[in-house]
Amino acid sequence: MLSGNIVNLAYLVAAVLFILGLKRLSHPRTAVGGNRIAALGMLLAIVVTLLSGKFDFQYIIIGFAIGAILGAIAAIKVKMTAMPEMVGLFNGFGGAASVLVAGSALVAALHSVTTADPDMQMKIATVASGIIGSVTFFGSYVAFGKLAEFLAVKWKLYWWQKIVKYGFSLIVAAGAVYFGVVTIDRAGVPLAVGIMLSGILIGGILLSNKDRFPGMNTLKLLSAVVSIVLGVLVVMNPANTMLFWLMIGVAGVLGVILTFSIGGADMPVVIALLNSYSGLAAAATGFVINNNVLIISGSLVGASGIILTSIMCKAMNRSLTNVLFGVMGPSEGSATEDEVYSGKIKATSAEEIAMLFDGAQQVMIVPGYGMAVAQAQHAVRDLTNLLESRDINVEFAIHPVAGRMPGHMNVLLAEADIPYDKLKEMDEANSMMDQTDVAIILGANDVVNPVARTDPSSPIAGMPIIDVDKAKTTIVIKRSLSPGFAGIPNPLFALDNTLMFFNDGKKAMIEIINAVKES
Amino acid sequence: MILTVFVLAIFVGFEIITKVPPTLHTPLMSGSNAISGITIIGAMVLAGQMESSKLATTMAFIAVIFATINVVGGFLVTDRMLNMFKKKD
Repeated sequence: MLSGNIVNLAYLVAAVLFILGLKRLSHPRTAVGGNRIAALGMLLAIVVTLLSGKFDFQYIIIGFAIGAILGAIAAIKVKMTAMPEMVGLFNGFGGAASVLVAGSALVAALHSVTTADPDMQMKIATVASGIIGSVTFFGSYVAFGKLAEFLAVKWKLYWWQKIVKYGFSLIVAAGAVYFGVVTIDRAGVPLAVGIMLSGILIGGILLSNKDRFPGMNTLKLLSAVVSIVLGVLVVMNPANTMLFWLMIGVAGVLGVILTFSIGGADMPVVIALLNSYSGLAAAATGFVINNNVLIISGSLVGASGIILTSIMCKAMNRSLTNVLFGVMGPSEGSATEDEVYSGKIKATSAEEIAMLFDGAQQVMIVPGYGMAVAQAQHAVRDLTNLLESRDINVEFAIHPVAGRMPGHMNVLLAEADIPYDKLKEMDEANSMMDQTDVAIILGANDVVNPVARTDPSSPIAGMPIIDVDKAKTTIVIKRSLSPGFAGIPNPLFALDNTLMFFNDGKKAMIEIINAVKES
Repeated sequence: MILTVFVLAIFVGFEIITKVPPTLHTPLMSGSNAISGITIIGAMVLAGQMESSKLATTMAFIAVIFATINVVGGFLVTDRMLNMFKKKD
């Protein structure tokens, strides 16, 4: 058994390793090593904890084995296009772990005859950890379900989507009812009914096939207020663990509603925010069990998530409040599709695009979520290599909110072996646009809409965009003229120097490659 | 005292994370997510307690599973992603 001093020293070393590891993430060259340093810190913290006291290792080892196998399978199998879902899901596990540790610590403290009553710090931290953790868990499940497209959709689901969707709702609702019934004597009728109701509410909302419903904002506010009130009651009366569970349930309702109406281009904000919550929940858990390394690592993650959230909001010129509570959609009096498009759209073919490349020296590709959906990143790489072999310089312009999570496009292009120094941030890409002969928009829409610069009443007014209209020729690869997430028409498509290539992203790339080879 | 640690750590977090370039934002999220799996420490201690209530042990046991998924899955998938980032040769 290690002495307390050595354990604390080792925790300090682990925290330092986390910080050094994150620091090394500031450059792709050092990032692999940085991640491993952080992993080493984690290993150190785990080993030292296991050596710090006399434990019954049975549950620790079984739990660790199950978690390690599931985590490893997920990490190895996941496709790069599905990274947003994966990160969403992992955030949720972090939140759930925090709730369970806080709950377990509360129950254990009340059960123990030797230790004194839980002190103020522990009581408040338990409440914070419970509320943040529950919001994170249920919010992350909703984010996962929306990214995997089985929540709040009207179309027919695959069998596995049905199992997850109905299974989760059933478990939450039935679990809460069962828990309420078996504890009704101990808890009293009001608390038991409250727990049953919150479970049924969560399960029910998750089955809705629309992402908005009447009374949503009222319920949002109500669940936020009630969970805080319950939190205060738990602090005043920690012996009543049923109060704690009711608080978890109501916070769960809040987590579901907060994320349910958010989708599409707002997804990166939500994923970053949930990431931050999972860190803050871990930090709160650190206060519950009085452990510095949890507090330090939790706050690092919390800070990281907050920074990413604010970067994403700035990249859309929207406030966080507007993302969480606002409604995205066309404003009154903005131009209709007919006015913008009629008679001005020029469709093009792969052959014509190949001819454009003949005289080109600089090509800029602007990828968006559509590239991920079409899994077109490898075909994009082939086209890039082909053009470069003909002495055409190809670069990529990455908008901060392109895709469904921060950095989504960069990971996909890295997967396709496109060197990271070809990926240009928005400002740099815009400064190169004057010298660009051909700009190719692949599955992006709102982030290249010039309306953001011109129409102050538009829902994307003031959002920084990639100025593809300044390139000599712009090619838009898109299946139809359908609007992007903002729901507004894009005048870029109707410009004189814009050509539309109506096609699936991947097929379009392959056809262009063949046409270039033949020319 | 413990609150001081919290506030200082948040400042350290802001300092180092602002330097991470947008290219690495996805690995940053998955990597920091793995770090937030540090709750595994609390979960293990509670799951391994000799004389505890059955409820407390069960909850801590499930927490060990969840936190381990975070830790193992998070670090592995980040490693996988970061290995794909290459410079032009």
